[in-house]
Amino acid sequence: MISEPILKVENLKEWFPVRRTIAQILKGERTWIKAVDGITFSINQGEIFGLVGESGCGKTTTGKLIMKLLEPSEGKIIFKGKDVTHLEADKLKEYRRNVQMVFQDPYASINPRFRAQDVLEEPLIIHQMGETRAEREKIIRRALEEVRLIPPEEFMERFPHMLSGGQRQRVATARTLVLSPSMIVADEPVSMIDLSTRAEILHMMKTVQRELGLTYLYVTHDLSTARYFTDRIAVMYLGKIVEMGGADEIIDNAFHPYTKALIAAVCEPIPGKSNTIKEVPIKGEIPSAANIPSGCRFHPRCLYVKPQCQEDEPILKEIDLGHQVACHLIS
Amino acid sequence: MADTNDILKVENLKINFFTRKGKVYAVDDVSFSLKKGETLGLVGESGCGKTTTVLGLMKMIPPPGKITGGRILIKGEDIIPLSEDEMREKIRWEKISMVFQGAMNCLTPVYTIGKQMMETVQEHKEMEYLQAKKRIINYLNLVGLPEDIIRRYPHELSGGMKQRVVIATALFLEPEIVICDEPTTALDVVVQAQIINLIKRLKKKLGLSVIFITHDLATEAEVADRLLVMYAGKLVEIGTNEQIYGKRGPIHPYTEKLLKATPRLHEKVEELSFIPGTPPDLVDPPSGCRFHPRCLEVMEKCKKDIPSLIEVEPGHWIACWRNTND
Ligand SMILES: Nc1ncnc2c1ncn2[C@@H]1O[C@H](COP(=O)(O)OP(=O)(O)OP(=O)(O)O)[C@@H](O)[C@H]1O
Ligand SMILES: Nc1ncnc2c1ncn2[C@@H]1O[C@H](COP(=O)(O)OP(=O)(O)OP(=O)(O)O)[C@@H](O)[C@H]1O
Ligand SMILES: [Mg+2]
Ligand SMILES: [Mg+2]
Repeated sequence: MISEPILKVENLKEWFPVRRTIAQILKGERTWIKAVDGITFSINQGEIFGLVGESGCGKTTTGKLIMKLLEPSEGKIIFKGKDVTHLEADKLKEYRRNVQMVFQDPYASINPRFRAQDVLEEPLIIHQMGETRAEREKIIRRALEEVRLIPPEEFMERFPHMLSGGQRQRVATARTLVLSPSMIVADEPVSMIDLSTRAEILHMMKTVQRELGLTYLYVTHDLSTARYFTDRIAVMYLGKIVEMGGADEIIDNAFHPYTKALIAAVCEPIPGKSNTIKEVPIKGEIPSAANIPSGCRFHPRCLYVKPQCQEDEPILKEIDLGHQVACHLIS
Repeated sequence: MADTNDILKVENLKINFFTRKGKVYAVDDVSFSLKKGETLGLVGESGCGKTTTVLGLMKMIPPPGKITGGRILIKGEDIIPLSEDEMREKIRWEKISMVFQGAMNCLTPVYTIGKQMMETVQEHKEMEYLQAKKRIINYLNLVGLPEDIIRRYPHELSGGMKQRVVIATALFLEPEIVICDEPTTALDVVVQAQIINLIKRLKKKLGLSVIFITHDLATEAEVADRLLVMYAGKLVEIGTNEQIYGKRGPIHPYTEKLLKATPRLHEKVEELSFIPGTPPDLVDPPSGCRFHPRCLEVMEKCKKDIPSLIEVEPGHWIACWRNTND
């Protein structure tokens, strides 16, 4: 099924200024942390889109840009056909009702002094939804049932410390659902959660997504949950997308050396590997976003580097239907 | 089970925390052994007692916790009766050492790496400054770090580099047993693979015996020669890498479910299975088999009687009424 993009991001950039020394100020030198450095993608209505990459590659910054918690340095965000890059206060409020975010840490994102009911009621009050208390309670009960905190009455009374990590993440998800958003940005929603519960939360999120026809942007560094959870994956490296395509295609037919390294690094529950050294085809560690290498920004870590890679920045090219790669190895 | 190859043997270890809420049964009658040169994995959900078990082996249980029973034999010598001075002088760091959970994020921000390592060393061993410094550099090189790291501060290092520093420190007094408590959990996949490779290389080169803790069965598959599976303070299954991850697979319903909940990158699954419910509160653990409230194969007996570990095939032990005929 081909559907309309609900969200389009064009050449989006977020550069943070680096604090300078006096000498640099006098010389007029300016340096930037290029956290997001020109990314373009679109997410279809009802799709789960995964943004995958190592720590510091700009995933959270991208999520915050889309949530409009940050102003982009450059580029455009188009939501349901409308340019939302710069919005006035009232339009912004409307947009934020439509696009919700689940944060990484289920402990930090919920006020410890609020009962689950208060946590869920707050956004309703802010957005003036539900005229009466009874009406709001109805919405809250429905959201709690949606995330399988049943019976909702019981969980509404609980404070965060009376909930397990998984239950807290469910409350955080329910909190996004009360406003009936059309899109949810989920930033590593399960990385702090135990493995057995992780599967349960992803299952719950997927069920909710199907039932309500939601669109997700799922941010993670974990390719194995991305394969299970997402429809399409974009692999990000130092602020840029290096490869993008269908989730199965990316994992079964990865082209970019970085994607291949990420795949090779994943541990798998299969026997007989405790005595062997795992070959991960990549050099060193990720450099700082304040100091992005010339040409292809991956070249210092690449095992297949050519002279061209040090000079020209590769752009995303389609190598197969819907499968794009930015790499000079494409002939 | 007596085996001269056992460098460490734990018998009926019990550790409790005496809290206002009551007595926490964090480690309850745990027995296992570590063979010379092997890597023993310890897995289980958060709060099941992994860290408490290994802190017990170091005799570093924080109050209000206490070892309340059992024996810990290092090369045949029970360390439980030893005094704190004896532990510090001849056991801790020299015979058995540990990479603590989250230690890489606990390096003091105001001191250089060199200074922090030096302090740890001098606390435990009298050594001339220059000699100690030379050794520190040796160990930093051994874990793949350049010499100039000693002059750097923690915030200047990446997560992977900090973890290497912590590993170098744990190895410094040449222990034979090294415990690694979730050394890769907070790291990126590529760095995770690098740290796992490092631990494997060091193990070979220095002839170490390793206990490797994680809650991730996939990671454990790539490091552990044998695996201990812990649930709610008790060991429920012990098996070799082949027994747990091979065709036959785990036998205990808990391990089985845990493995099914582990995503596999190269297999497309429609749904991941999961274990409904949460692990119990260890102040008041369930009667009988502690897993019984979450077990789909529960029988009447499971609610009443505590199953003990039974060897179902050579080297493969499980504590489950459903799968043993005793
Ligand atoms: N407000 C800020 N000011 C300056 N630099 C920032 C700011 N926010 C993020 N950065 C930098 O931008 C880069 C990208 O950060 P971001 O948090 O988006 O990464 P990430 O991919 O989400 O990483 P992680 O997996 O660790 O969450 C990093 O180098 C980070 O240090
Ligand atoms: N200082 C303490 N006081 C009271 N209870 C404690 C203390 N430390 C640990 N516990 C309890 O002991 C049990 C085992 O905790 P432990 O830290 O050993 O688990 P773990 O398996 O290492 O978990 P994780 O995967 O989260 O690190 C838990 O129920 C915990 O709440
Ligand atoms: Mg992030
Ligand atoms: Mg622990």
